Parts: sequence; C-alpha cells; structure tokens
Amino acid sequence: MLKDLLEKQRDAVVDRWKQLLVGTYPPETQRFLKTQKNPFANPLGNSIDEGLEGLYDNLLKDGDIEKFSEFLDRVVRIRAVQGYAPSTAVGFVFLLKEAVQEILGQAIRENRLYEELLTFEQKIDSLALLSFNIYMQCRETIFEIRTHEIRNRTSRLVERACQKYGMPQEWADTEETKA
Amino acid sequence: MELHNLSKPQDLMNIDLNKTPETPWMDTPVNFRDGTYIYPAAGKNLKRLGLPNPREWSPTDEDWKLPDNWKEIIMKGLKERLDKYRSFRLFMDICVRCGACMDKCHFFIGSGDPKNMPVLRAELLRSVYRNDFTTLGKMLGRFAGARELTVDVLKEWFYYFFQCTECRRCSVFCPYGIDTAEVTMIGRELLNLVGLNINWVMEPVANCYRFGNHLGIPPHGVKDMWEFMVDDIENITGINVNLPINKKGAEILFVTPSGDYFADPGTYTCMGYLMLFHEIGLDYTWSTYASEGGNFGLFTSHEMIKRLNAKIYAEAKRLGVKWILGGECGHMWRVIHQYMETMNGPADFLEAPVSPITGTKFENAKQSKMVHIMEFTADLIKHGKLKLDPSRNRKVRATYHDSCNPARAAGLLEEPRYVIQNVCEDFFEMPENTIREQTFCCGGGAGLGNDENLEMRMRGAFPRANALRHVQDKHDVNRLLCMCAIDRATLTALTHYWAPDVSVGGIHELVANALVMDGEQERTEDLRGEPLNEEEEE
Ligand code: SF4
Ligand code: SF4
Repeated sequence: MLKDLLEKQRDAVVDRWKQLLVGTYPPETQRFLKTQKNPFANPLGNSIDEGLEGLYDNLLKDGDIEKFSEFLDRVVRIRAVQGYAPSTAVGFVFLLKEAVQEILGQAIRENRLYEELLTFEQKIDSLALLSFNIYMQCRETIFEIRTHEIRNRTSRLVERACQKYGMPQEWADTEETKA
Repeated sequence: MELHNLSKPQDLMNIDLNKTPETPWMDTPVNFRDGTYIYPAAGKNLKRLGLPNPREWSPTDEDWKLPDNWKEIIMKGLKERLDKYRSFRLFMDICVRCGACMDKCHFFIGSGDPKNMPVLRAELLRSVYRNDFTTLGKMLGRFAGARELTVDVLKEWFYYFFQCTECRRCSVFCPYGIDTAEVTMIGRELLNLVGLNINWVMEPVANCYRFGNHLGIPPHGVKDMWEFMVDDIENITGINVNLPINKKGAEILFVTPSGDYFADPGTYTCMGYLMLFHEIGLDYTWSTYASEGGNFGLFTSHEMIKRLNAKIYAEAKRLGVKWILGGECGHMWRVIHQYMETMNGPADFLEAPVSPITGTKFENAKQSKMVHIMEFTADLIKHGKLKLDPSRNRKVRATYHDSCNPARAAGLLEEPRYVIQNVCEDFFEMPENTIREQTFCCGGGAGLGNDENLEMRMRGAFPRANALRHVQDKHDVNRLLCMCAIDRATLTALTHYWAPDVSVGGIHELVANALVMDGEQERTEDLRGEPLNEEEEE
C-alpha cells in the first residue's frame, strides 16, 4: 500500500520536500535556514519545518480542513510578503509530488501503486487550492492594513472636528474601520 | 526566462519576478518592486529645509535627476565624514567578515535577501571606501573587495539604507562592536547630499521645522486635541484633570511624541499622562512650541538632529522650568540620551532633575536634565506614592516589546517591567533571545513605518511576530505593550497581519486604568471606553 510506504519513508520524503522548498531561497540564505535550529532566531526555517511536517502527517491521516489551513498558513503567510510571484509563493505544495517521485518512485512502479498515487496527488492538488485561498487572504489583509493606517494616523483629528464643528459623522472612523 | 509552454510546477516556480540572480552581489542591480521601497521626498519639503536638489522623481525612473557632479559631492562628503567620525573610519577598516552579525538582522531573517545581512549592508559602502581610500583597494580593486561608485551602486544604497531600521541588533553580536546602524546613518547623510531622501522622513522634518510637530498642526490645533482628551477622561473618571499649557515658571516641561495626540492607541497613553500628573499634583506644563518629542532628524543627518532638537532646550529656557520630563518614546530617547547635551547643550540654565514627589535625584540625567517617564513613574511606585488597583486591567494579558532605542541604545530594561508588573496581574515575557538587548525591531523604525513599504515591514516584523505568537499560544496573551510612539503605530500593523487577536498599547494607559484617583466616580470603563469586566459586555 502506498500509505505504508509514505509512513515508513516519512522523514525522507518530508526532508526532501523541505530541501526543495528551501532551494527557492538564495544560497547564503539556504545555509542559514538549514543550520540555525533555534525557532526564534530562525522563524522562517522553523515555520517551514513545522508547516511541512504538519501537512504531511495530516495528509496521511486524512486530517480536517482546519488543520491543513493552520499548517499551510505557517508557510504561506510569510511567503506572501517575500516578493514572490503568486505561483512561487504557493507552488511549494506541488513540490511534495516531486519529493514523493524521487524517494518512492521506484517502489511505486514496482508495486504498481498508480491508482493510490493518483488519489494521493489529488489531495495535494486540493491542498494547493486551499493555499491559494490563504495567499489571497494574506494579500487582502495587506491592503486593508494600508487603508487603516492612512485613516488612523489622523483619526482623532477628524473625530474631534466632527464633534466640534458638526462635520458629517461618517468622516470620522467607525469602530470597524479602526486598525 | 519566459513562459512558452506549460511545464512542470517546479519549473514554473522558477519564472519569478524576484528570483535572486546568479551573478555576484556586486553586479546585481536593485529591482524596485512596489511594496518594498519608499517614496522619495517631495521637492517642496527639501526647499523648506534648504536641502540640495529639490525635484520630483521616482526610484523606478531610469534617470534620478542627480546633479552633474554627484560623484564628486559624495566622495567629498565621504572623506569629510571619515575625517570627522573616528568610529566610522574604524567601522570601515576593521570588519573581518566573521559572520557573527550575518543572521541577526530582522530584515534578513524575514526576507531571506542576503543584502540584508548587516555585514553586506555595510559592505555596500565599504566597497566604495576601499576603492578610493585604501592602498590595497586602489591596487587590487575587485580582489580586495573594492568597487567603483556608479549610479547603480547609489541606487543600491538608497534601497538598502532605507531597509535598515538603525535598530543596532547586529552590533550586539559583533565581536568588534561595529555598529551597522551608524554606517546606515552616514550612508543616508551621503544620499541626502545629492537629494536622495524619503518623504516619510522629510515631510515630518519639514513640518517639525516650521510648526514644531510631525503633522504640522498649529498650536491651537494641538491644544484642542489635549482638551479632547481631558473631556474623555472626565467621562470615564468624573474628574476634570489639569491641562497646563505654555505655563511660565512651571517646575517641569513635559515633551512627548505628537503621534500620541492624534492616533489610537497612543492617545490612551497620552490620557494616562494627564491623569497621572493631575493625581500627583505635578507642577508641570505642556508646550505648543516643543510639541514634538520625536526627531526624524535622527534618520536624516547629524545636522538635522541638532536643528530639530534645539527647540526643547529653547522652550525650557523660555518657560523658566527647572528640568524636562519626556514621555514614552523610543528614538526620541536615543537623541536625548546620546546627542542632546553635546549638540544643544550645555543646559546650564536648568537644574539637575529631582522628583518633587519622592525627592529622588535622577543622577543619570544630571547632564541632559531630561528624565524618561518610565524612570519617573517607577520611582513613584517604588516609594508607594500611587494608589493602584491592577484588577482594573484584569482583561489584559500582557507581554512587553522592548523598543530598540530605549532598550538597546539606552538601557531602560527594568523600569518598564517594574511598572507593568505593578499595574497588571498577568504579564508574560517573550523568549529570551527576542527581548531586552536582543530585542527584535518592530520592522518600521527609522522612517520605514510608512504604508507604501508595508510588505517590507511585514518581512522585518516576522521575527518579533513569531515570538509574540509563541506567548499568544502558550499564555493567551492579548496585549502587546511598548513604550515607543512609532511602535504603537507599527506594531498595530504587525499584529493585524501576524497575530490578529493581540492589541497594542502603551504602559501609561495601563497605569492610568489602575490609578485610583482622588474623588473619582466608580469606573466601569477603561480608557478605550470598553467595559472593565467581561460580564458587563453582555
Ligand atoms: S541596525 Fe538593525 S536593521 Fe540595520 S542592519 Fe543592523 S540589525 Fe539590520
Ligand atoms: S560581526 Fe562585526 S566583524 Fe563580524 S562580519 Fe559582522 S560587522 Fe564584520
């Protein structure tokens, strides 16, 4: 069964997946991401480790959407502000297919596990769609923050003016538009 | 590489607008991408300040409209500064590229861009220094790490020196004490000589120069904002607090960043000051002239720090006060602590500060004559002069962000913690390697806290946010405290993106919530106008 293979080779597959993702960063950065193990000194490396491990384990046990979203968020939220094209920011999900091919390709061929592989890859595709949602949410948050900041910088002035000189209340910030 | 057919996903991922090229760093020009660079200073602001080369331009333009002799100007400026600041020359000479600082910058950690390693940031300038000022560099050029100053190099300086928040975290780890923040400061001074500066810094500077505060609000406008706060305080406490303005002969002049007059959550901290001073009966005054504690000169040039800061002593003299008290501010404190006395002093018309309530002499402020409010309030609490009811902050589960300037540059580490623990029952520290001297920057200091640069700020904010999320998960922390006006704005964006359920606030907001005032009505709301107890929310 493919599932047994994926379980048995978990560390090898996840490690390869991490390597492929880390490989999208410049060489000097890759060295840092791999060697600095303190999670607070290297939050990016840590997010990649925990994010990918969490995703993989949940794929094996058919975890629920919330869990997947949580682990995807660990990786997507930072990549969404690192200047990558959207395809690169979320495309790391597909790198799992590559990792599985590299580590388990031969065993899959020998045992003719194509159908199971197809099912597994479909799950990866769903994961990619999910990660695109998260990516879009992150980008929308960025735009939201920009407008909040511009308004909030002088919110008190406007509020005071509305109160004192009877300017229309909607000029002042409402609770929801406050950052 | 262009896309002609649909290939495998991993190939597609390599078609990236921002993929780091394989060329050596010296030959890799900067790509000005929206969200990661800052808009240049408007010509009118440079004119108001009498600064060189006022014009309209954009970093994305090919031609930056530099003066014809720009190179000569920069080289002359570099030489002058090498002669004038011994520390700068030392920093140019002694780096052994050991790499200890390499991974200590929040912008490198969050962006993964190697040119954000402190050592490379300094190297941008050092390579030019080697080329023109060292024998080895002149002889060996490239082999000695030297390169000629070109327009592309200048563009790179503009990009990366405005991607350093001058936070000094890297210097903590350098065995030679090299302070990359100072290299950035000199780099920015040089850029200023040919009119390369950012509007987020120059507009506040120009406003400050003409009106005394960053937003350029005239005196009656500032007064109005203070009165607004007095009204709010009365609604919450039933007490009409004193508001002494430009009062001659007051004992103390109070100066604080103006950001806290105009924008939440800083306003709540500002209300806190008014309540505290009223309650202890302090003989003090606000000033509409010295209405700004912040000093964006620090992000421009040494000359500009001096020009803007002069108003504080001048106002202290005009009003005839004995000493000066400063509000919760970060970079203001670096200016006061490290530059004010030398630049604008001696302040021999003032007295060494003594707390009129406790009699404590602030020995550390003997020269500058200016005390940080956190020292002042900690001293009040230590002497039992305040009646505090921390249970009024029971909804707050707090952690504390050491702002780079008061913590790393000025050593104010214990006082804020002491005050917080006296006014708030639930306080949790973030991990050790992210606080105190090793604190991570908010990602928006030194003029970077504008909205066009938001994406870059979120990269820089990541290490701080990561530590915050740790205490959020572990202890349900819901308030990030800080004693810096810039932080109150920038951390608000940080939590919005990285830890949405955490709010941001200053320390004196909590002090004032807890402060039991003489003759107050029963408090049902905190300074934010929110119910004190959960039950009342229903
Ligand atoms: S001073 Fe701070 S922002 Fe600048 S290079 Fe050093 S760590 Fe980075
Ligand atoms: S730690 Fe100091 S000596 Fe070492 S590379 Fe950094 S700046 Fe240079």
